[in-house]
Amino acid sequence: MQHEFPSFQSPGPDPEFPLPGSGVWTVSELTCYIKDLLELDPELGDVRLEGEISNFTRAASGHLYFTLKDAGAAISCVMWRSDAGRLDWQPEHGVAVLARGRISLYMPRGNYQLVVDELQPAGVGDLHARFEQLRDRLRAEGLFDPERKRALPDFPRVVGIVTSPQAAALRDVLNVLRRRYPLVYVLLAPSLVQGDQAPPQIVAALQDLDARDEIDLILLVRGGGSLEELWAFNNESVARAIAACRRPVVSGVGHETDFTIADFVADLRAPTPSAAAELVVPDLADLQQRLATSRERLVQGMDRLLAQMRQDLREQARSVRRLSPRARVDTHRQQVDDLLRRASNALAHRLDLHRSGLAGMEARVAALSPLATLERGYAIVRQAGTGELVRSTGQVRAGDQLAIRVQDGEFGAVVESGSEDGTERVSE
Amino acid sequence: MTDDLNSLSFEQAIGELESTVQRLEGGDLTLTEAIALYERGMHLAQHCNDALDAAELQVQELSQPGGAEA
Repeated sequence: MQHEFPSFQSPGPDPEFPLPGSGVWTVSELTCYIKDLLELDPELGDVRLEGEISNFTRAASGHLYFTLKDAGAAISCVMWRSDAGRLDWQPEHGVAVLARGRISLYMPRGNYQLVVDELQPAGVGDLHARFEQLRDRLRAEGLFDPERKRALPDFPRVVGIVTSPQAAALRDVLNVLRRRYPLVYVLLAPSLVQGDQAPPQIVAALQDLDARDEIDLILLVRGGGSLEELWAFNNESVARAIAACRRPVVSGVGHETDFTIADFVADLRAPTPSAAAELVVPDLADLQQRLATSRERLVQGMDRLLAQMRQDLREQARSVRRLSPRARVDTHRQQVDDLLRRASNALAHRLDLHRSGLAGMEARVAALSPLATLERGYAIVRQAGTGELVRSTGQVRAGDQLAIRVQDGEFGAVVESGSEDGTERVSE
Repeated sequence: MTDDLNSLSFEQAIGELESTVQRLEGGDLTLTEAIALYERGMHLAQHCNDALDAAELQVQELSQPGGAEA
């Protein structure tokens, strides 16, 4: 073998293996060279390898040693403890696996090997691929579309359940239904929920339930399990049977973290069987509360109505009283009284006015009466013959008969003489 | 009155109860209508309560699909 390989470099700075001048390799040199070839190859740096485990040993150190083989070849494998510790299953002799790692060379034995960092049972990767493929295909077909999801009835009367009669999942579901809404009637369509026989049985159970008119909705449930155990729920015919159901189908398969194709197709996906049961029925306590509230509102409504009616009645009665003929007679009677009162008042007023007018006039008459003057000693003198008032000396001559009026009567007098100077002396 | 209640599903009964309450609260009723609604509502409430109190979960198991006893 020529060592003038185009990409050949010195096999490293390691002084333990000095380059010989002779062109002859040491074992270590060659091994190291080959190691570099293998470990620097990009293809071999990340290998996914399918094969069957043989010669499996778990060293005391925790590292795993085994061989992967197929009909024609075998490759040594090692899985270091740090990676082996993350395995969630037990590899063993004879199991077909899918390993992922890099090719390395163990110099002391000149042995190339796969250093495995991921190891899973064969078929699992396959299942994942099939799951994703089916999911994508059905999604593209529109089977998962939100518009397809049907609403659940608020108060289902008959609930169909597809599951295994022996499963804890069924007990969980029935417990929840019994506690929350024991009014519901359960039709159990038993079915295997894992294994090859499960899908056709699940399909038949779904169809059987959906064919019954009394069914309101269907629960499809199964407790937790490995991906393989849940595989029946990733089956295409099961998915299509769910989609074909006339009634809403609620799935509750496995745990919160498990998603199956059935979950995607179902009208509602519950994280667990118990959760599925909770989602499909109302809660007894809520209902009792609702009933109590309704009853209270009935009583209050009736009370309010009666109070309103009583109030209306009182008002009507008042109106009737107001409008009755009796009331009108009373009104008229009162009007008459009023008028009478006003008339007599007016009359009295007028009399008062007259009365006070009279008194005023009397006073004025009294003031003007000459009698008052006579009382003070004055006299009224008249010609006895003519009755002419004598106001001036020029009106009398000597010998004129005069009538003299004083306070208490009249007497006659004769004028003795006219007075030249205008003074008149009257004698009795 | 109780005979026709028995033919009602729980859903119908509670639904009618709630619409009865609303009608009664809505007013504009004669006294006779109001009393009838009130009595009907009370019967419905009683019926629903009794149904809840008496209910026991009933489970019927259908035969295995295809008649195969697995």
